[in-house]
Amino acid sequence: MSTANTRAASGRSPVGDKAGTDTAIAVAGLVKRYGAQVAVRNLSFTVRRGEVFALLGPNGAGKTSTIEVLEGYRSADGGSARVLGLDPLRDATALKPQIGVMLQQDGLYPSLRAGEVLNLFGKFFAEPENPTDLLRLVGLTDAAGTRCRQLSGGQKRRLALAVALIGKPKLLFLDEPTTGMDPQARRATWDIITNLKERGATVLLTTHFMDEAERLADRIAIIDNGDLIALDTPAGLTREQSTTTTEVYVTATPGLDVGALGKLDAARGARETAPGKYVIETGDARTLLVALTQMLREKNADLIELRVGRSSLEDVFLRVTGKEIRE
Amino acid sequence: MSAISSPSSTTGAAPLSQRILAQTRAELTMTLRRGESLLVTIILPVIFLVFFGRLITVPPIAGSQINFLLPGIIAVAIISTGMVSLGIATAYERYYGVLKRLGSSPLPRWGLLVAKTLSVLALEVVQIVLLILLAVVFYGWRPAGSIWGALPIILLGTIAFSALGMLMAGALRAEATLAGANGLYVIFLAIGGIFLPVDHLPPGLAQLAAILPPAALSESLRTTMSGQPVQIGSILLLVGWSIVLVAAAALTFKWE
Repeated sequence: MSTANTRAASGRSPVGDKAGTDTAIAVAGLVKRYGAQVAVRNLSFTVRRGEVFALLGPNGAGKTSTIEVLEGYRSADGGSARVLGLDPLRDATALKPQIGVMLQQDGLYPSLRAGEVLNLFGKFFAEPENPTDLLRLVGLTDAAGTRCRQLSGGQKRRLALAVALIGKPKLLFLDEPTTGMDPQARRATWDIITNLKERGATVLLTTHFMDEAERLADRIAIIDNGDLIALDTPAGLTREQSTTTTEVYVTATPGLDVGALGKLDAARGARETAPGKYVIETGDARTLLVALTQMLREKNADLIELRVGRSSLEDVFLRVTGKEIRE
Repeated sequence: MSAISSPSSTTGAAPLSQRILAQTRAELTMTLRRGESLLVTIILPVIFLVFFGRLITVPPIAGSQINFLLPGIIAVAIISTGMVSLGIATAYERYYGVLKRLGSSPLPRWGLLVAKTLSVLALEVVQIVLLILLAVVFYGWRPAGSIWGALPIILLGTIAFSALGMLMAGALRAEATLAGANGLYVIFLAIGGIFLPVDHLPPGLAQLAAILPPAALSESLRTTMSGQPVQIGSILLLVGWSIVLVAAAALTFKWE
């Protein structure tokens, strides 16, 4: 579990700004239905130019439906969506050269080589990036001559990222960009996104990795069942919870009575997140720890690890959606 | 890291012709790399022409069976390129999400269709030139009718069978398109008036075959290329099928 030690808050007001020239994406009252099923209900948020904005939510929350309305793949059933000041559907011709898109499915021609795919998409733009440089950037120089069907899952993901970048996009849509990547490739991708941000690009990404949202995003919108549940900076989201609550993380003998743990002195509740892993919420950790260690000694339970910390984004997520973030 | 440029303030698409030509080149490259596609579009028609040239079921026209066979094999070439090769390839592109990915690129949907059409036509030029050359070399074929008159019919057939391929690719699962296109190919070989005149088929089947697009294509090619009076009925049938199939494909095509 990651700590709440995140980047500094941007200091700007997270909500309520008016659409203007510094607005990259403006979504107001967005509704998307598939038959009787409502995927997105009355969703509103604004992404500023130069901002990395994360849509975070469990599977089926409406993240992909939202991003695909903005990319121009689907029409909205209600509300409005403006991207770079344009209507994603009606102004598609003007919008498409300005955006870079990474879908959940890589969308690569299996029989083309990695370099050929990048060259092909580059030819669609007036001033594309140099494909050779981009391949180096995503660590695929050695795979340039490999047919896409022979690339590993992580390599395909990185090539899809390069394809998204080939047109020097002003705005980048990344739908679960690091899913399927190994840890090293994930970190490299984070560096690329951070670097893009420093150069002024705007990024809208969806993820179900907490650490990814926490590390990359200036602001995070947590959505569930198509509704916006929380929208703030990573620090803001965790601060809201942590001014009054501290969490005690315990690794001990599995199967301890969670009810008893939650009734210890100063405890406000307890749960077993995995066998032998407990989280106890408290307003006074010092008092709780005395009671906790005493109880463990009385029960002759092993104490393997003990940590006191502020609630992480993962805890915030669990609290606001009632669900674990991973599938 | 320095490889990434700042977002350009003049970001824009390349000229439309460049976008479409790049896509056409990619389509042709991929077609040439698909062994099964070359088998069905080039190798099989060549084998049919060279080895079945003296097939007993093939009735001679103007004293030579090649006059019956060559237009039929050109029809097979068109069917294999439009329906089988294009249909199956497009179905798998849809399955792999390539069509969807292209949808948010600056290549318009219709630009992709133009590129696919150009690559189909380029392959057909190779097929038809090769088949005519082989007919001349092996069987001393000489056009009794008009080769140029055959061009609009070839174009019509290309529209009808490419639309049929796209209809399957856009509506069915990739595996179903694979099975459907190959199955129809075999059926069309049998009842398309390729090796056997349609009126030699059992009654009932003959009437059905006569109104289907393969026979309409092979019959109208045959009359035109051997200098017989043009069969307006066959050509109208082909026009009708083209309209129906293009409309059906356009209405049902799902890009993802």
